[in-house]
Amino acid sequence: MISTSSVSQAVWLVPLLPLLGFLINGALSLVPAWRGERGDGIPAGRRTLVASVGVGVLVLSFAVSVWLASIVAGANTEVSSTIGEWMAAGQFRVDWTLRVDRLSMLMMLIITGVGSLIHIYSVGYMADDASFARYFAYLNLFVSFMLMLVMGANLPVLFIGWEGVGLASYLLIGFWFGDTANAVAGKKAFVVNRIGDFGLLLAMFMLWVNLGSLDFAAIAEGHSVMSTPLITAICLFMFLGCAGKSAQLPLYVWLPDAMAGPTPVSALIHAATMVTAGIYLIVRNAALFSAAPAACLVIVLVGALTAFWAATVGLKQWDIKKVLAYSTVSQLGYMFIAVGAGAYTAGMFHLVTHAFFKALLFLGAGAVIHSMHHAFHETHRHDDAQDMRNMGGLIKRMPATAALMWIATLAIAGIPPLAGFFSKDAILGAVAERALESPLAESSLGPIPGRVILWIAYGLAVATAFMTAIYMTRLMRYTFHGTFRSGDDVAASVHDAPWILRAPLIVLGALTLIGGWLQLPAVIPIGPTGLLDSWLKPITGAATTMLAGRGHLSHQTEYLLIGIAIAVAAAGMFTAFLVLKPQTLTTKAAAPAETGIGLVLANDYFVDSAIERGIVRPTVSTARKVLWRGLDLGLINGVLVQGSAHAVRLMSSIASRAQVGFAGSYVWAIALGALVVIGTFVFQAGR
Amino acid sequence: MGTFYTVHFWLFSALAIGAALAMVTRKSPVASALWLVNVMFALAALYVMLGANFLGAAQVLVYAGAIMVVFVFVVMLLNLGENDVKERRSMGAALAAAAVGGALAAELFIVIRSAPQEMSTLLPVDSDALAPLANSLFTDNLIAFEVTSVLLLVALIGAVVLAKRSKATGEART
Amino acid sequence: MIREALLVSAVLFSIGVIGVLTRRNALILFMCVELMLNAVNLSFIALSRLHGVSGQVFVLFVMTVAAAEAAVGLAIVISVFRHYRTVDLGRIRLLRG
Repeated sequence: MISTSSVSQAVWLVPLLPLLGFLINGALSLVPAWRGERGDGIPAGRRTLVASVGVGVLVLSFAVSVWLASIVAGANTEVSSTIGEWMAAGQFRVDWTLRVDRLSMLMMLIITGVGSLIHIYSVGYMADDASFARYFAYLNLFVSFMLMLVMGANLPVLFIGWEGVGLASYLLIGFWFGDTANAVAGKKAFVVNRIGDFGLLLAMFMLWVNLGSLDFAAIAEGHSVMSTPLITAICLFMFLGCAGKSAQLPLYVWLPDAMAGPTPVSALIHAATMVTAGIYLIVRNAALFSAAPAACLVIVLVGALTAFWAATVGLKQWDIKKVLAYSTVSQLGYMFIAVGAGAYTAGMFHLVTHAFFKALLFLGAGAVIHSMHHAFHETHRHDDAQDMRNMGGLIKRMPATAALMWIATLAIAGIPPLAGFFSKDAILGAVAERALESPLAESSLGPIPGRVILWIAYGLAVATAFMTAIYMTRLMRYTFHGTFRSGDDVAASVHDAPWILRAPLIVLGALTLIGGWLQLPAVIPIGPTGLLDSWLKPITGAATTMLAGRGHLSHQTEYLLIGIAIAVAAAGMFTAFLVLKPQTLTTKAAAPAETGIGLVLANDYFVDSAIERGIVRPTVSTARKVLWRGLDLGLINGVLVQGSAHAVRLMSSIASRAQVGFAGSYVWAIALGALVVIGTFVFQAGR
Repeated sequence: MGTFYTVHFWLFSALAIGAALAMVTRKSPVASALWLVNVMFALAALYVMLGANFLGAAQVLVYAGAIMVVFVFVVMLLNLGENDVKERRSMGAALAAAAVGGALAAELFIVIRSAPQEMSTLLPVDSDALAPLANSLFTDNLIAFEVTSVLLLVALIGAVVLAKRSKATGEART
Repeated sequence: MIREALLVSAVLFSIGVIGVLTRRNALILFMCVELMLNAVNLSFIALSRLHGVSGQVFVLFVMTVAAAEAAVGLAIVISVFRHYRTVDLGRIRLLRG
């Protein structure tokens, strides 16, 4: 652990630079002259300044991160930097410490790297928006908090980042808050997140009570001093926090609604970074989680169910962003399967590749929406620019975007040699390997043996892969192929993405193509194998072994698993081409209502209305009837406030009867009083 | 102390008490006022016998000579007759008042009786009773003295203001 | 002699109390209050034989204050009389609350 002063200062630059960007852009957004008129955007000169600040701090942060990566790649795998004490109470102590090790380095590079690309994209995407400065302020704020999350050396600092990204997410989802629905979506995200945060807080409390420290280093050692049921409980509470932040069952409901925000926001926050915080948390505490196999099995199961559930819903979504949202939930489920099974490297691998191709998908969808929006605007139509039924055949008008999105689609479906194939295969392979033989399979979740759960998870994961291929191909077919459904006049106004939007897409496309190189499996001898594994080994090596054992699959089994993965992906795409009939589609306005199972899927199994009826309404009604009317108005206002006023008035009306005005009675009172007072002295003295 | 002293002491005490009783029971305010003057004179004598010569003189000059004169002036001014105030009082009320008064006196007797017997260490009576008084007044109690003078000023103004007739209507200012 | 003087003072004071409780004529009531003040003066002077000259100083102050009080009080009585045409305290209930 080195701590030279220049490196230590550099560590703090990484999260503080975006924070500086937030402060500057935030201040600029408050100046009335900078706010711009609605619909006109702000003048180009000012836009340049805001954009340079917003993008510049991020690029600088990325540069510093790269430099730190070069240091951490060497023998000293960790750099930490403390600037002071935060909390100290008795023996409890928490410092402001950032720690850069190989795990956080990986996250930092993704956040600043992909983040820079998305910032550049945003300059073009949000160019016409009047709140340009406010957008970049919030975006920088988000990046700053996210960096604090992954760089914190202890849970409280992580929690600052955790809460901060929740806040930034709320601000950005509800960015166009003039439309109430957007504000409501932001509120929903925040509230659901809060439920998860409750779990994380409980885990922190339990850790402190039983361990006395909240530093990650102490936690990693601490599993030896706590009993397994206790560790299991702590891990489950932490997972509740992860479920909230990373949108797993049942706390995923905020993510589809979060699509109300600008598309680059969806790309950055709800695909590449914030939602991966849960994964990061588990990998960071791998030593703890691997000591509680029961909790790990729960995570595997929940991840698998979430992946399957979200994939089914994605099959029947018509809004292009909603498809991607449910896809994100599903892919996050994959990552949880991996880290639950103790395959931390596989989980992080999928996190990285998913960041690439999902960001590419979202940004590409953003380009499509941008063009459709412009086209509708120019032809004075008011149709939904995000509904796939209004699109079709866009490949003729937007070839570059289409090509890049196809790359991402192939990746997410799992077609080799794209990055998604390698990461998905790594996960499937890891699960199967552990299901066949590992300490995790030997353990059990209550009465259910671990092996059963792992095989169920494998099955669900394979089914999900099949459906993923289907719905992504469906998305591409409906959007880019066939005939354009909104009329030729609109089609003529559709243009491909301008260069500022295209350049980040190209970079992401390239990363998607070569990303697989990060972790090539040994059985495919086309290059250096297991790079990511050896990068993360100092951190997760021991924990992985605890759950995976020394199990080693034979080459045949490995080839079999790879074959299954490819077959499933290809079968899915083939099915999509065969079964789907885009020529029968009509525009959204003319579309028939959904029926039967389609209706159920399109409405996400009616989860939202169930929550509304089962949880929200009773809570609000209780709050209104019991707590407000009963307690507040009735008891506190009525009895305590007005009641005490009444009592005083009553007493005073009684007491005022003594004020007769007749001086004689006053004199009597004085005389008697004096008698009594002197009497007390007399009889006391006599004692 | 001698019998001369004792006899005169009790004589003046009896005079004071008798005059007080008389004062309290007269119907006419003028008669009450004059009986009160009587009480004051008796008390002045007692003061002198107790060694406060100056205060005895002051009692006569100030109390009997000024305050009671004001009282009599006011009584004359208001020109009340004997029966102006109906003082029919029930027997019960009078007995109650007597009871309270009696109880008060009894309590005070007990307090006085229970005081310690060291009444022998009486301070000597100065031939000049004024000097120690004046000394104490102008040194230890200087502030009280000044404040009292302000009080007198205030009372003077207040009395004039209260009793003055309003110029415009000639009605009393209430 | 001190004790006897104190006893006399107590008796005078009690007589004054009875008078205040009994009489309804404002002026006579006032005079009874003056009687009580005088009784107290007597006990002050008696005790100043034991405790020094401050008793007499206090008597001086009491006299002064009594004078001031008498002046103001009588002015009030005159004002009230102008309004109510009587000094019967049973008929004056301005302080009724």
